[in-house]
Amino acid sequence: MDKPTPKPTKESSYYWEGCFEHELRYQYCENCDRAQFPPATRCGNCHTSKIEWRKSELRGTLHSFSLVHRASTKAFVADVPYYVGLIDMNEGFRIMTNIQPTGDREIKTGAPVQIIFEKRGSATVLPQAKIATKTED
Amino acid sequence: MGNSPIITGAFATKVGKLADSSCLSLHDEAAFGAIRDAELDVREIDGVICAYSLTEPHLMLASWFCEFAGLSPKICYAVQSGGATGATMIMQAASLIAAGTCRHVLVVAGDNRLTGLSRDGAIAALSQVGHPQFECPYGLSIPAAYGLVANRYMHEFGVSDDHLAAVAVAMRANAANHPGAHMSDPITIRDVSESPMIASPLRRLDCSLISDGGAALIVSAAPRDKAIEILGAGQGHSHEHIVAAPSLVDFACRQSSARAFESAGVTADDIDIAQIYDSFTITLLVELESIGFFEPGAAGPAIMKGALQTDGSFPCNTHGGLLSHGHPGAAGGLFHVIEAVTQLRKEAGARQVSDAELAFVHGDGGILSAHCSLVLGRG
Repeated sequence: MDKPTPKPTKESSYYWEGCFEHELRYQYCENCDRAQFPPATRCGNCHTSKIEWRKSELRGTLHSFSLVHRASTKAFVADVPYYVGLIDMNEGFRIMTNIQPTGDREIKTGAPVQIIFEKRGSATVLPQAKIATKTED
Repeated sequence: MGNSPIITGAFATKVGKLADSSCLSLHDEAAFGAIRDAELDVREIDGVICAYSLTEPHLMLASWFCEFAGLSPKICYAVQSGGATGATMIMQAASLIAAGTCRHVLVVAGDNRLTGLSRDGAIAALSQVGHPQFECPYGLSIPAAYGLVANRYMHEFGVSDDHLAAVAVAMRANAANHPGAHMSDPITIRDVSESPMIASPLRRLDCSLISDGGAALIVSAAPRDKAIEILGAGQGHSHEHIVAAPSLVDFACRQSSARAFESAGVTADDIDIAQIYDSFTITLLVELESIGFFEPGAAGPAIMKGALQTDGSFPCNTHGGLLSHGHPGAAGGLFHVIEAVTQLRKEAGARQVSDAELAFVHGDGGILSAHCSLVLGRG
């Protein structure tokens, strides 16, 4: 059983094309000075459709995480235990990724995070995350 | 609420592993049980509201059930809001009564998730509520989504693993007083902390059961004997997917319960008993605090002292909840309503709460996403 790959839609294809180029793109509403995720056709606050895309600097903070010992589907059985985390990006939006263990850097709430990219299948690249050091480029 | 809708009938089937059950047979048994309990003729039912099934998914489950049971109501449809469905169906039935559209609305749900799907099958089916693009590719299970909430909640409010475990222990102790509970063998905090890790910090005994079972209620216009009044209802909605939740420590159960209390003209302090959705230990703990029954961080220590038990300071889920009484899907949410009705009727036997006059019922669907609250009282 293969792991699921996202099927891009009208509102998300620009995001997934960005991932393929190792860019994390997010929507931003100038009216509200507000970043938003997941992508939508309008700002979820003021509801304008004049929403722009920006490019993230790929840095954030681990808002929360869970270490999954029991996979939800057969596709993830070989990976257990694996981390699922919510990342607060420095630009003000939140995404979900897996957290890849890196050396002795502790995976804990509030830890600094660097976004990395992982190929899945032939046509998809997913944003993923690892714990960063404060000074890491 | 206008014509003061009342609950005139309630019936729960057996719950657990029911080898000869089917989705529709559980609906049928529960529905006709509730009609008997209300002392109605089946032809008096003029509204039917159903939920959904994982075992036999169908686009029009309510129409299919009516076809199966030989019912031709004036109003018939299905409601889907995950774990909020049970309370939402009651709120919707109450609206039909208050508007004068119907006289007797049958609310019914049932599913044979355990024998029809197996535990693994049900878990895989449920994981599909994750966001298909932004959550499912990362292997998010439902316990992992609640694990994210639990980890953050513990981080902010100093909740411990033992506080979560105490919720599971309390639900099992309550289930022991209900003759029909799926799981009634006592457990200890140590049993919870030694059960297999599912998605940290949640262990197997932090997770609700997967059961077969069915439940039904009748919501009516005219007062009758044993009637329980629906005094207030409210909903709250803030997100669906946990990646899009505005907060991991404050949820729309706050708004939902405030609306229900306001429409009933009561406050949280007036409530004698509560039946609150407990899909995981963290679910119940967060809701008890977000709704205002306990200050943030205070529920855990109180639960360790027995607060939620029948003779405790805040009797809650006196049937044992989804964690121990059983969880057959939407019917599990209706079990909370039925337990409130049973307590208010003073028919709860060994688990009867002596001063139960005003009850609060709450359901939540998704990852603490969709909320529906009810206030019920003796007519």
